[in-house]
Amino acid sequence: MAVNDYIRERFFPHLWCAGCGHGIVLNGLIRAVEKLGMSRNEIVMVSGIGCSSRISGYMDFHTLHTIHGRALAFATGVKLSKPELNVIVPMGDGDALSIGGNHFIHAARRNIAITAIVMNNRIYGMTGGQYSPLTGPGMLATTAPYSNIDQSFDIVEMAKAAGATFVARTTTYHVHQMADIIRSAILHEGFSVVEVMSQCPTYFGRKNKQGGAVEMMKRMKEITTPIGSKKKVENPDLIERGIFVELDKPEYCSEYNQIIERAMGGY
Amino acid sequence: MTRRIKFIQGNEACVEGALYAGLEFFAGYPITPSTEIMEHLSKRLPAIGGKFIQMEDEIASMCAIIGASLTGQKVLTATSGPGFSLKQEALGYAVMAEIPCVIVNVQRGGPSTGVPTHVSQGDVMQARWGTHGDHSLVTLTASNHQDVFAMTVEAFNIAETFRTPVILLFDEVVGHMRERLEIPEPGEIPIVNRLRTAVHDGVDYHPYLPREDGRLPMSDFGGVHRYNVTGLVHDMWGFPSDNPKIIHGLLRHLVDKIENNASHIAMYKTFYLEDADTVLVSFGSAARSALHIVKSLRKRGEKIGLLELQTLWPFPADIVRRYCNKASYTVVVEMNMGQVCQMVKTAVDHRERVFLANRIDGVFITPTDIKNILRLIKGRGV
Ligand SMILES: Cc1ncc(C[n+]2csc(CCOP(=O)(O)OP(=O)(O)O)c2C)c(N)n1
Ligand code: SF4
Ligand SMILES: [Mg+2]
Repeated sequence: MAVNDYIRERFFPHLWCAGCGHGIVLNGLIRAVEKLGMSRNEIVMVSGIGCSSRISGYMDFHTLHTIHGRALAFATGVKLSKPELNVIVPMGDGDALSIGGNHFIHAARRNIAITAIVMNNRIYGMTGGQYSPLTGPGMLATTAPYSNIDQSFDIVEMAKAAGATFVARTTTYHVHQMADIIRSAILHEGFSVVEVMSQCPTYFGRKNKQGGAVEMMKRMKEITTPIGSKKKVENPDLIERGIFVELDKPEYCSEYNQIIERAMGGY
Repeated sequence: MTRRIKFIQGNEACVEGALYAGLEFFAGYPITPSTEIMEHLSKRLPAIGGKFIQMEDEIASMCAIIGASLTGQKVLTATSGPGFSLKQEALGYAVMAEIPCVIVNVQRGGPSTGVPTHVSQGDVMQARWGTHGDHSLVTLTASNHQDVFAMTVEAFNIAETFRTPVILLFDEVVGHMRERLEIPEPGEIPIVNRLRTAVHDGVDYHPYLPREDGRLPMSDFGGVHRYNVTGLVHDMWGFPSDNPKIIHGLLRHLVDKIENNASHIAMYKTFYLEDADTVLVSFGSAARSALHIVKSLRKRGEKIGLLELQTLWPFPADIVRRYCNKASYTVVVEMNMGQVCQMVKTAVDHRERVFLANRIDGVFITPTDIKNILRLIKGRGV
């Protein structure tokens, strides 16, 4: 199928600013799904609220655009009621880890086969640039006019600790890696988390004098390195990207099917 | 075949009603006095191939049932006061996105943690207005187990008919009390199943374009029609819109589909109302005491009757008016500070003839309580 077949052209132009990283994630997602060759009817995309969460409306799957932070809870209902569907949940950093933090860790703990893609632009884009749990100390935001003092989560560490069985990180600069990782995440039988470092030139970039989209993306290349690379040993501040965890563990819906068998067998 | 007879709690009668109606998916979080509903369903649902999940909180539970409803299943969640508060945002989502679902609130004393193990009927207004924005939804209640069963079945039927969340507002007394339940044979009570679209694959399906009768046929997630569902104001494809015409049209549709059918949705029971000069209006467990005192005062020759409301929202104002407008005394018996009483006053011509007989101390209102309040109202002293 052509790339355009995965898009609802009727709903374009999209609402993202020029240079926003979220459009690149949309692109990576389409490439991943295209390679998988799945029917669009088998895919449900569930999202919350934020610039990132608008991605669902543009894609020609079954799409469920919900409320802020709760996408994984809605997705759990979709997946458990019809486990044969592939459920993908694109989320913002605030959506996934601030208001939705509880649902995030519990979905990971259950190891339910849902793919969470966290589009981490380190800011609340949609509401105009307030700091998020990923902004990091020393940065500026409309609600941190002096300097942010909030420490950040590490999405990868958090997902691992909570029990996610597939955990990866990539960036909007590394489009091919992004598509490959998303494809593996969708194929994974368990809860998969993909952190995509994304750019919000409009708020994070401007507030923190990081330049426009191009400069921000170049920076993404400079501050990251493949997992286990020599560069990381030389410069421990570099952020690793790649697949951190890929484990085979009992998946929630399969486990529940066994409960059904037991309950029906009457023992 | 003989009908199955059980001696059970009201919460279990609700479970029986839900299963009779075709429940397939439950998500919840434990809270007194509703917990027995989820405990029973954790056992019963997988035994019929259904799904049960204990979520991380009530917000997640409400969200999960909406997700499951979209795959075509009949869904339920159950909670009490604090949990009901948490569900409100997602409940509004179900209103906006027109998702059939049923929410049980077994009321306990509030506000906040209140009195978890004591009875109250303080969530009547919250059921109607707990979520933000202009909207409408349906709320049913019951005073005994046979009615808990029947209203639960009805809740699922209404949810499917109008594509709306339906709230079952029970209370601690009904939920925990043990009583006889006779389970009807399959088919005895009609069941409304999901109305699915007849539009074929490849033809443009409009998930939010009402038919002439106002109903909107659905298409299950996973089926041949891919569409967008959102809590934003949306057009007939489910795509976000801020066009004033679309905003106005959608809000009107959401409210009208319920309010214009208020008379179909209105369920109630009448006792001795033909010649009643004193009309008690009550609902839920309070109606048990109200009926008791009506029967005993009738024996003494008093012209007193009872209107028991089973539909609380949309408020059955026409019914209330029909039975109360001519009465010298209309006395609303409820365990709150007058939430239904307020509504009754707006339904009749002489609001000064409407009185409140209540208890708000977590103790079940007794027939004697009502009798004493009646004497006060009628100036006969205690
Ligand atoms: C319950 C609730 N609280 C607050 C908001 C307002 N709000 C909308 S999006 C958003 C943050 C979005 O940030 P993020 O999730 O990082 O997504 P981004 O826009 O950056 O892609 C907030 C706070 C809301 N819609 N709902
Ligand atoms: S505000 Fe930021 S996140 Fe939102 S669309 Fe613009 S660039 Fe993207
Ligand atoms: Mg963000």
